Amino acid sequence: MATETLHHDAHADDHEHHDAGATKVFGFWVYLMSDLVIFGSLFATYAVLMRGTAGGPTGADIFELPLILFGTFALLVSSFTFGMGVLAMNANRVGQVKMWLAITFVLGLMFLGMEIYEFQHLIHEGYGPDRSAFLSAFFTLVGTHGLHVMFGMIWILVMLVQLSTKGLNDMTRPRILCLSLFWHFLDIVWICVFSFVYLMGVL
Amino acid sequence: MSSSSQPSDHGSVKSYVTGLILSLVLTVIPFGAVMLGSFSLPVNVGIIVVTAILQILVQLVMFMHLDFKTEEGWNMLSFVFTVSILALVVGGSLWIMQHLHLNMMIG
Repeated sequence: MATETLHHDAHADDHEHHDAGATKVFGFWVYLMSDLVIFGSLFATYAVLMRGTAGGPTGADIFELPLILFGTFALLVSSFTFGMGVLAMNANRVGQVKMWLAITFVLGLMFLGMEIYEFQHLIHEGYGPDRSAFLSAFFTLVGTHGLHVMFGMIWILVMLVQLSTKGLNDMTRPRILCLSLFWHFLDIVWICVFSFVYLMGVL
Repeated sequence: MSSSSQPSDHGSVKSYVTGLILSLVLTVIPFGAVMLGSFSLPVNVGIIVVTAILQILVQLVMFMHLDFKTEEGWNMLSFVFTVSILALVVGGSLWIMQHLHLNMMIG
């Protein structure tokens, strides 16, 4: 299928560049797998420390599910809009790629805004990462994901500039494919966060 | 690698839309179950775990297009390897810490 993210489709008449692009995307996939191990370690840490509240609040006391649901919707829809951007790239429509990337950026900003608001609110209440082992592990896990989203958004801005100056070529195409994998990957990590940290924490 | 490529742009827009709808539904179900609070604890945990796994599969298959063909299966193989490592790290940590906790009677 021409639109597959992992199936890198460069021009069929240029095999050398095609293979280089596919190798780049595969290499980036291997990086994502190592990133997955980082998140797995943070999840394990959180699972071990989540009952260590040191007399402070538990997850059920501080998690606001409507806020989390809003952020989750923003991130899930942004995964879809990035996919539409990849489709536009396969159809060689630079303008549409830029439009979908910009929409993805705005949705990422909404998610990040939700998270910054939540963190600020918790720290203001005196429930910062220094309050208990549970809150240290929580801030580390959710903060690391938020940091990834922030770097993904910086990467989107860089790609928007490169698309404007260089257009779609053998250099920018693999980069957009790698970024799309990165963005979908962050969505998967967030699914684990909202399921196992927020929803399980409220139960 | 892309030998199975076939231009079917319309079909793939459809697959992305299907993926979006599925992921939204699979988000609303666990949030609804927990926020309404009308189920027992084991039922809620079951709903959360099952929808999370389905949701991850939707992302992997519909959005990231993970399959056994790309890069002659190396994408899938590295993914399976990483998931095995994760199972060891997360499961092993929980197991060991649980035993420590019981043996040392902390808190």
